[in-house]
Amino acid sequence: MKWTQEFRDGSLAQGLAEALAAEADPDRRYAFMEFCGGHTHALYEHGLLDLLPGNLRMVHGPGCPVCVLPIGRLEQAIDLAKRPGVTLCAYGDVLRVPASKGRSLQSARAEGAEVRMITSALEAVALARQQPEREVVLFAIGFETTTPPTALAVEQAAGEGLANFSVLCNHVLTPAAMRRILAGTEGAGTREVAIDGLVGPGHVSTVIGTQPYETFARDFGCPVAVAGFEPLDLLQAILMLLRQVNAGRAAVELQYGRAVRPEGNRTALDLMARVFALRDRFEWRGLGEVPQSALTLAEAYAGFDAERRFDLPEAQVQDNPACICGDVLRGAADPPDCKLFASACTPDRPLGSCMVSPEGACAAHYAYRRFDARREAAAP
Amino acid sequence: MSVGGRLDLKHGRVDMTHGGGGRAMARLIDGVFRDAFANPRLAAGNDAAAFDWPGGRTVMTTDSYVVSPLAFPGGDIGALAVNGTVNDLATAGAVPVYLSAGFVLEEGLPLAALCGYVHSMARAAEAAGVEIVTGDTKVVERGKADGLYINTAGIGRVPDGVGPSCDRARPGDKLLVSGPLGDHGVAILSARADLALDAGIVSDTAALNGLVAEMVAAAPDVRVLRDLTRGGLAAACNELAQASGVGMTLDQAALPVRREVAAACEVLGLDPVHVANEGRLLAIAAPGDADALLAAMRAHPLGREAALVGEVTDDDRRLVEMRTAFGGRRLVDWLNGEQLPRIC
Repeated sequence: MKWTQEFRDGSLAQGLAEALAAEADPDRRYAFMEFCGGHTHALYEHGLLDLLPGNLRMVHGPGCPVCVLPIGRLEQAIDLAKRPGVTLCAYGDVLRVPASKGRSLQSARAEGAEVRMITSALEAVALARQQPEREVVLFAIGFETTTPPTALAVEQAAGEGLANFSVLCNHVLTPAAMRRILAGTEGAGTREVAIDGLVGPGHVSTVIGTQPYETFARDFGCPVAVAGFEPLDLLQAILMLLRQVNAGRAAVELQYGRAVRPEGNRTALDLMARVFALRDRFEWRGLGEVPQSALTLAEAYAGFDAERRFDLPEAQVQDNPACICGDVLRGAADPPDCKLFASACTPDRPLGSCMVSPEGACAAHYAYRRFDARREAAAP
Repeated sequence: MSVGGRLDLKHGRVDMTHGGGGRAMARLIDGVFRDAFANPRLAAGNDAAAFDWPGGRTVMTTDSYVVSPLAFPGGDIGALAVNGTVNDLATAGAVPVYLSAGFVLEEGLPLAALCGYVHSMARAAEAAGVEIVTGDTKVVERGKADGLYINTAGIGRVPDGVGPSCDRARPGDKLLVSGPLGDHGVAILSARADLALDAGIVSDTAALNGLVAEMVAAAPDVRVLRDLTRGGLAAACNELAQASGVGMTLDQAALPVRREVAAACEVLGLDPVHVANEGRLLAIAAPGDADALLAAMRAHPLGREAALVGEVTDDDRRLVEMRTAFGGRRLVDWLNGEQLPRIC
């Protein structure tokens, strides 16, 4: 338990809570967004929201890979999985995400589709090696944390000449989504949610470093603190943001120095640059079409691109009209604001993607905090 | 009764004739089961065991065991099949008396392995003070089962004045657990070949009737007893909160969890309150009984690490909450979906 217990010390947490209370200006309100779903989960799991000053609100961001995947892309994966001769490999959470008409990868599997749950991208390569007669497709989703493993899988398959392996690529980029949230959906100045500071993602930043966030401090005046995932990490990062706001500063600060280097991980970044190319635009659930926010396979690896190998019609599928996952993902609404929350939509029978992954704000609120009624008045 | 012919218990394997109702099946029953479970009721050789039964409150239960792998650190399917059913009787406040045992064998199962599990059952039954008095054997084709499945049913007597029940928890009552949480689940995980995990943890599988006897002697009016199996403490608390129409609050800092189990859970993204146990129980007692009950638990070898972990609250939403180690609040919800298939 080395490296975890040190960051879960109750008395240190109380000390940080007291420092937060002393630092918070009682005459103003603060709203900080934790971008990453892992941070959302940690805030709920450890009951940290109770340790924050009453006038400091955490806004949950879109950093949950399963949550931001648009239904149309999921429909593509389900259709592909149902084709004879195709084995679709996916990470666990995505299997339960509801698509249209109650379909999901899990239900497709129950109906006979060959869907494999994997925990590592290289498992898909191994499967392609073992089953040369089948088309093995990796349904790749996630932010920069899961992107290098996909790149590695593609390079390995290319090196082995595995012609039956391909990737249905849905990898998305954190800074582009942050920019969309800070700039607003219609361009600068239409920001829906007043965010006074950003808790930057920990794992993503181990790959991309902290430099990509500089623009948010410089051009948007938004303080950033990149944080680890332990309770004390988060409390400390929130305190760093609070101090910046009170001092009228906006800078990128690194709380998670034990894992993150400002310049990121060169090996991983080079690997990504070799294997992927930037898409002009990509649809995000909740954020809509975001320019230069996602990756596709580079020309050199076009043969491994499932979108080019299979004829996959692009489906535009509307979310359930009553579901407000989109607003939740932009930080414009809290889970209990949704009429479906904990009534029609529960983790057992999720209607929206935010109720599926443990990193989704709705699932976290349901599992850990549904004793809270609708949220108190939003920040001014 | 004895049937001639040799059963090669060293190198032989279960084949379809062992379930065919003929001589081979008789040999198997004779050579494997009857010897191991030796008792007069089974030895009588009837399809149904006959016994006299004094009046009074009687409880009966049944459970099927499909654990994978069949043997794991600290136990095997045989021990589990006895202890699990004994514990269902014991947590009804009963003294377990007789068990039945039904076996579904897969063609190809080595007879030596079968003998091992059957003797493990016999040892567990002896330790728990119960007799296996009737049974059944079926064989299915290779590929139609995973080695061996066991069903056991049990019957027990409840002493006068004892009546724990899942609907008797009342606001203010205290919650006690009999020992560290999650040992069984982590032991099974570490025995799975696909998870390269060596936590050095052994299953807690044990018969709890001895512990329960001491507990009801110290606090006959103990409100609720529940053995903590699949879904762990979280599932038990939620089930009991629903049944009793109350809420509960657990104290995270008071929950006994071994360091190794906590570390394994951390790596695997599990919460120890959701992880399965096979030799732990949750007791709910009136505030005035809690101290005596805790003392009785700690005086028994299977309750040495017992702890007071929370209390029952008045909450018509029937939510189970936890005070976190940081002084915050969170819910302790049911597990969503499946954490680990075939844990018992």
